Amino acid sequence: MKKEIQVKQLKTDVLIIGGGTAGCYAALTIREHSNASVLILEKANIKRSGCLAAGVNAINAYIVEGRTPEDYVDYAKKDADEIVREDLLLTMSQGLNRVTKRLEELGLVILKNENGQYVARGNRNIKINGENIKPILANAVKKLSNVTVMNHVNVTDYIVKDNEILGAFAMGIEEEIIYEIRAKKVICATGGAAGLYKPNNPGFSRHKMWYPPFNTGAGYAMGIRAGAEMTTFEMRFIALRCKDTIAPTGTIAQGVGAKQVNSKGEVYETKYGLTTSERVYGTVKENQEGRGPCYLRTEGISSSQDEELKKAYLNMAPSQTLKWVEGGKNPSEQNVEIEGTEPYIVGGHTASGYWVDTRRKTTIKGLFAAGDVAGGCPQKYVTGALVEGEIAAKAAIEEIENDKSNSAALSKEEEDLLIKLKKQEVENILNFEKPVFSIEELEEAMQKIMDAYAGGIGSNYQFNEKQLALADEKIKHIMELSNKLHANDMHELMFVYELKERLTVCKAVIAHLRARKETRWHSFAENLDYPKKSDKWLKYVNSKLIDGELTILYRDLVGRGENYEHKN
Amino acid sequence: MSIKINKEKCIGCRRCLSVCPGSLIKLDEDGKAYMKYPKDCWGCCSCIKECKECAILFYLGADIGGRGSHLTVETEGDIVHWNIEESNGTLHSIDVNSKDSNKY
Repeated sequence: MKKEIQVKQLKTDVLIIGGGTAGCYAALTIREHSNASVLILEKANIKRSGCLAAGVNAINAYIVEGRTPEDYVDYAKKDADEIVREDLLLTMSQGLNRVTKRLEELGLVILKNENGQYVARGNRNIKINGENIKPILANAVKKLSNVTVMNHVNVTDYIVKDNEILGAFAMGIEEEIIYEIRAKKVICATGGAAGLYKPNNPGFSRHKMWYPPFNTGAGYAMGIRAGAEMTTFEMRFIALRCKDTIAPTGTIAQGVGAKQVNSKGEVYETKYGLTTSERVYGTVKENQEGRGPCYLRTEGISSSQDEELKKAYLNMAPSQTLKWVEGGKNPSEQNVEIEGTEPYIVGGHTASGYWVDTRRKTTIKGLFAAGDVAGGCPQKYVTGALVEGEIAAKAAIEEIENDKSNSAALSKEEEDLLIKLKKQEVENILNFEKPVFSIEELEEAMQKIMDAYAGGIGSNYQFNEKQLALADEKIKHIMELSNKLHANDMHELMFVYELKERLTVCKAVIAHLRARKETRWHSFAENLDYPKKSDKWLKYVNSKLIDGELTILYRDLVGRGENYEHKN
Repeated sequence: MSIKINKEKCIGCRRCLSVCPGSLIKLDEDGKAYMKYPKDCWGCCSCIKECKECAILFYLGADIGGRGSHLTVETEGDIVHWNIEESNGTLHSIDVNSKDSNKY
């Protein structure tokens, strides 16, 4: 029997897509400053969704005593070798301590000294117990009036007319329902994209990755399809992690002062530089030149340090503690092997994402972006995502209060047609007969192409022009095949949409990697045809779908004291 | 990297189904939770923290060095007991006070 899906229509003042860090904080901010109704749509459950499901090890973006927000901007700018938006970094940095205080009020445990001041871990970090950071945020959101949270509902498309957002389409994961949501303003806080490249552990533990495998780049893909301008997708993020468990290394490196060493015991980190990309690059080079594997030198730390490390990992990445215990060897007895992950696209660490102004408005009217999905503002981490949620929320309610309601109107006929087409699209997938390939097979094919031709782990993160051209062509083929998939149920339907999102993001990543003809960041974007960096490339690589074609646009850097504004 | 659910202990409360960030856990025909997509587990341990019956066992896949030990969590007030049982039956317990910050 052919499946038919019912359609439900919802209305809200502000739609927040994704109830992670930025999305939850946006809801809290709206309720503090306005009576506007809020709807949060979350594909999982806001209690444990997004990158902080297991917890977080520290607050890594904080202005510690004696430092200024401008210092933080300088740090992020140096780490990204100039390709950042200083206006975005500054507005983010100025809010870091404010949101941290708020987190503490909500219940986050932060270590303090006898004078009641936060205890710093390094120059920009403070020590916390972040195991329950997500339940804390979720509880705060649940208490708000006129804020509706719908868990297990996956947003797949924006409704946009004349470059103005009017709402979105979403689908239940458990229930056979399509939602058409109309909203005055939309805040996109979906997070970044994992699962584009072949992962570290491609077999049974394929999802044991750094970034949540459930963050599939939905926010990027919806924006790209709707014609939003995107920036810096060529600055991929590769994390340096504990081998196998892909657990964080910063806790060991900063916590017990462990250096990166090669198999000969030589400290190599100083040889290649200390930026995030250089640390990854150094590890790749040491392996390539026969001095692998690489480690964090923990041998010789004290037994109390062993115990504290095990506890710290239970609060954010329990698999690492399990590995130490079941392996029967503490870090003091055995150095911790490290490796680079597959590349991700994630605006909280590098600068990929929506091209926004300082109010976090995207180039689509009424659409705001916050957190990992927003570009130009790397090293934002958890607190930076909170600040962006706050900024976007304030801007959205200000527009509502100034009565800048939607100027583009959708007639009843237009709306009915959109719903009819969406219903057909979904039912076609649920009723598709005799598919040649499974969703999983196409996902694997996509990851293999990206790995081999667009600088994955298997090619030491390097690529050349010919390989990128091949990657583009091959991804195009997978995109065609992705239109002939069958889903048994709503959960599998989500898998189909997730695959398509990833493919859309892959296409953009390839286009951006092809466009920046230099190597500014080793490993993150290492083009073997252009192995050097050049001042000619002190500019942003942006992209936008124009007449169905992803088109590259170049923009001048926004430096200190400058403010970028969208021009209509 | 994944979980196993002890069917005898599961009471079908659906808490793990609801909290899993990948919605990977479903109910079987007996109303008990089961891991429908073992290869899709991220290893975040949200489900084992949520399960009051300690019915969910977390383990590392052999491909990432797992040796058959299981991890479960019991929470008593502020104290989180993390219990690891090795395949030979050896038990380890690490207590973490949720009011204490990480030292590192």
